[in-house]
Amino acid sequence: MTDTRAAVARPKASDYKSDIPPVWCPGCGDYTVLLSITKAMAQLALAPEETVVVSGIGCSSRIPAYTNCYGFHGVHGRSLALATGVKVARPELTVLVAGGDGDGFSIGGNHFLHACRRNIDLTYIVMDNRVYGMTKGQPSPTTEPDWDSALSPGGTGLRPFHPLVIALASGANFVARCFSGDPNGTTKVLTEAIQHPGFSFVEILSPCVTFRPEQRGWSEVVHPAPVEPTDDAAQAARRIMTDDGFNVGVLYRGDREPYRTARTETPESLADLEEEFAI
Amino acid sequence: MTTATRKAPEPETTGVQARSKISLAISGSGGAGVITAGEMLLSAAAAAGWYGLMTRSTGPQIRGGEAAALLTLAAEPVGLHSAQFDVLIAVDWMNTDRFAAELVLTPESLVIGDSALPDDAPAFAVDSGARRADMPLKEMATEIDGGRINMVAVGCLSALLGIPDDALENAVRAKLKCKGDAAIASSLDCIRSGAEMLPSVLDDAAAAQFRLAPAGQRRDRWLISGNEAAGLGAVRGGVRFAAAYPITPATEVLEWLAPALDRVGGILVQAEDELASINMIIGASYGGVPSITATSGPGLALMIESIGLATSAEVPVVIVDVMRGGPSTGIPTKSEQSDLNIAVYGMHGDAPHIVVAPNSIGDCLFTTQWAVHLAEDMQAPAIVLSDQFLGQAKSVVDPPANVSFITRRITADAPEPGYHRYAVTDGGVSPMAVPGTKGGQYTADGLEHSPRGTPSSRVEDHVAQLAKRRRKIEEFDYGDHWATVDGDGAVAVLTWGSTAEAVRLGADMARQEGIAVKTVNLRLLLPAQPARLEAELSGVDAVVVVEQSEGAQFHHYLRAHYDLPGRVLPLNQPGPLPIQSIDVLNKIREAIQT
Repeated sequence: MTDTRAAVARPKASDYKSDIPPVWCPGCGDYTVLLSITKAMAQLALAPEETVVVSGIGCSSRIPAYTNCYGFHGVHGRSLALATGVKVARPELTVLVAGGDGDGFSIGGNHFLHACRRNIDLTYIVMDNRVYGMTKGQPSPTTEPDWDSALSPGGTGLRPFHPLVIALASGANFVARCFSGDPNGTTKVLTEAIQHPGFSFVEILSPCVTFRPEQRGWSEVVHPAPVEPTDDAAQAARRIMTDDGFNVGVLYRGDREPYRTARTETPESLADLEEEFAI
Repeated sequence: MTTATRKAPEPETTGVQARSKISLAISGSGGAGVITAGEMLLSAAAAAGWYGLMTRSTGPQIRGGEAAALLTLAAEPVGLHSAQFDVLIAVDWMNTDRFAAELVLTPESLVIGDSALPDDAPAFAVDSGARRADMPLKEMATEIDGGRINMVAVGCLSALLGIPDDALENAVRAKLKCKGDAAIASSLDCIRSGAEMLPSVLDDAAAAQFRLAPAGQRRDRWLISGNEAAGLGAVRGGVRFAAAYPITPATEVLEWLAPALDRVGGILVQAEDELASINMIIGASYGGVPSITATSGPGLALMIESIGLATSAEVPVVIVDVMRGGPSTGIPTKSEQSDLNIAVYGMHGDAPHIVVAPNSIGDCLFTTQWAVHLAEDMQAPAIVLSDQFLGQAKSVVDPPANVSFITRRITADAPEPGYHRYAVTDGGVSPMAVPGTKGGQYTADGLEHSPRGTPSSRVEDHVAQLAKRRRKIEEFDYGDHWATVDGDGAVAVLTWGSTAEAVRLGADMARQEGIAVKTVNLRLLLPAQPARLEAELSGVDAVVVVEQSEGAQFHHYLRAHYDLPGRVLPLNQPGPLPIQSIDVLNKIREAIQT
């Protein structure tokens, strides 16, 4: 190793972690998602003070405080709207949004659609465990219809929500699926998602070992996406609609122009604005 | 191109004293252009030196419902229409009966309808005994290529009032610029036609009673609506980000801000709903950019949870609520002061914040600017309670003074190691690190937190953070802006918001009767200022409380926060009928009896 390389040593994942211990249960998939996020930050050598992590409410939404970036842990379901404000007001910042399936697809469903449409340069990471864990085990929009729970005895009987296809139909510019148990693969996808212009959506299958212990078996069934990512949203949607729900990797890369956040280079004065009122 | 060549009739022929004030209404079905007609007359009168006020009253329909432009033109600034209208011109009579309660006419009034159509004038117009001067409005418009009845009405009214031709022509050209030369030409033809027809339906002696006295010396003035003024106040206060979800009657604030922010180097984002718009401004302000949104009652209800987030996370934001009739969808197009409760008490938890209210169209500018200043200074949400009357009224005003506050968000620009975002300080405000500031990283949170910002359910943290958030709001020095106080006397009239004008006029009438009256209208509703109001009310033995709320929300608010001396006489009624100065006068008279 030369002196030069030593001087520009890349940051480590641990440089992006705070000293606050997570509230998560032992074995929760979110630990490795946090690891993957911080590894991606390290690989991209993001400046922590130029990076903002925004979330809503839920187990996974606790993640901002576990990084040493700027963070905002807001109200339930509104993380994408809040992050939109941060990014439009301060386009030079790197903004990540994190949360769970209930936060993102149930109470926050409308914002998910419109964040995809608006295509602002955000990276949205959803840790999907198909359950409300913080409130101790209720079905979420991605829960299987026959999953039994105290709140919906015998199951909801409802068809699960399909976030990846909804994201494609709504205009997301980058769509990928990951598995928390594959931190290296997840890190690679997140690194690309953060760099991809526009709205990037990464669904991470992240087991809830407490309320969905059977999800421990996900490690046996996940497999890399068998085909190259496409830039054709219709083709990507067809593949995702017909796959087994466990293929991981980048599924779609679009080239839609991101939302305009540029300001005028020649701002006018207040007096110019006031002229219109003068009689 | 055709131009209007009408000469203003000589005013001095009848010996009747010209008026210093006149109120008129132009009514018709929605889409008939009565609002456009009203705006042209107001602009023309303003250019000729008069002051004026124009409000609109419309049904809920987008087109085809009923609409009325209500104008008062005067030699002095106007903040409220008179209880009676001097002139009503009906472009058509469709649904005009729905204005019966709002358009009070007298035998001295003048009503102009269409003489060639069946007389469908509603009972309120006929029974008033008002003089009629009908003319074939529709036929006159039809005779002109591209002619419109509303422009005939403009010509007729302009001639009646004696508005100079050049002022009117300029107003028409400005208003119709985007419609092209042909539309301008046919409009000017219609205006001439209306003006020329007037003498054949109304003799000179009668017409002279409606003539405005020549305007005084022209000064620099503005023609502005309350919603535009609120937008300008925000920009003056330093706002450079807005999030917008359309809602009547607040949309004009946002539509004014969209291009205005763009011009001064800011930006507006249209949100998918009010939940998004409030969170967008919280995000933008967290990013260091002063931010605003505007809405009405239903939108405010949706935003409430996140306004609590701004309180807890200590993020300055301004929310302008242009109130309309409620509850629920209520009466979207008409005014009421019934969002006081939700603005003051809406949030769950103990959530100190700021609520302010403009008391005139021009004051929408100052109060919104002040709200930005207060929010930024105290790192807290500020709600501005405007209303439909102020927001959608266009008024000719003297240019509002440019009050420059020393607004400063206290930021942590070079944080020391161990920086605590929510440090417990004497004043309650803690220096805020803005993203991009090295070493200032923290997580803003709606969870109760330690001084560092770490989520905490410890008793000590909750007690200390609640206290600091209250301290910064309650110990702030709001100066003289908390209220506008006039006069002195044993009777005090308390009010807030747009009813201030009726109170001002009613108190003036009482003083002319020899009754000593003090008026206090509160601009600062939260935090309450008990010491200041108590000082103002010392020596008062009767209090009249004036508000446009069926449930007497302001009265209950006063009872909760202040000790009111002596007898209390509430004057509360629901919108949309404005409270009139005579109502206030009668209440003051009642207060001095017994």
